[in-house]
Amino acid sequence: MDTLNNILEYIGLFFVLLGSIFLFLGALGIYRMPDLYNRLQAGTKASTLGAMSMVLGIGLMQPGWLIKLIVIILFIGISNPLSSHALARASYKSGIRPFFKKKVDDYEEEVESEKGKMESV
Amino acid sequence: MSAKTISPSRYFYTFFIVFLIWYAFTTSLQPAEIITGIVLSLVVAYITVVNFDCCDPILITPSHIIYFIQYFLVFLVALVKANFDVAKRVINPKLPINPGIVSFETKLKNNFAKMVLANSITLTPGTLTIDVVDDKFYIHWIDVTTENKDEIYKEIAEPFEKVLLKIYGSSK
Repeated sequence: MDTLNNILEYIGLFFVLLGSIFLFLGALGIYRMPDLYNRLQAGTKASTLGAMSMVLGIGLMQPGWLIKLIVIILFIGISNPLSSHALARASYKSGIRPFFKKKVDDYEEEVESEKGKMESV
Repeated sequence: MSAKTISPSRYFYTFFIVFLIWYAFTTSLQPAEIITGIVLSLVVAYITVVNFDCCDPILITPSHIIYFIQYFLVFLVALVKANFDVAKRVINPKLPINPGIVSFETKLKNNFAKMVLANSITLTPGTLTIDVVDDKFYIHWIDVTTENKDEIYKEIAEPFEKVLLKIYGSSK
């Protein structure tokens, strides 16, 4: 029994370490990327997997908490992408334009036409 | 939306789901916790019932469960890949990005399925869902390799949509 707990603890520690590495890379991404949208990209993906693996690691070290922590993992998985989508959408609509090397922007049309509709009302 | 009357069973269903989430977080049977949960769930259900159109009980068959597992695996692989992709770009001193916003049309009609697809796209390599307008998805892509609509669809959505279509079909 003790050895099993020890093994679980080491696996848990590994997940926590992995999570902190991903979170660090996410932070580095937020620092290095040129504009809001690319920062969101780096931030969302890294923080989702980073936080998930960290919470899972803690769950393996404390098996009693595991069920609750799995619920938290699901919650992170749903809420993280939703919030980054809301941020990106709101930023675009309030006029922050993305950084382009070569302009490819299908969304501009949609936002402009919506603006036109709002003004004509 | 306001003129629509809401049946009592709708209220009860919303309340039930909200309370289930509360219970999952507390996992305790103490009367105080349960009563607080019921009161809060009632309030939340009353406020959100109008917008609560997800999670309708679809006919669940064994094949659905297999598809859910398949979806989860596809998603997990994509999530891990996405993280290595971000790591690769961030560490590279040249910062190899070529961002742009592309769009594609989905065949999915169910709102919940669209939400799942949008979230999955956000968590996969180099893509971020900015907006969904009816059937059209607008995606911020960190490295635009093609402007051809079919290829965009193939690159970004196909692996997920294929499985979701099997679960939800293209019906409402």
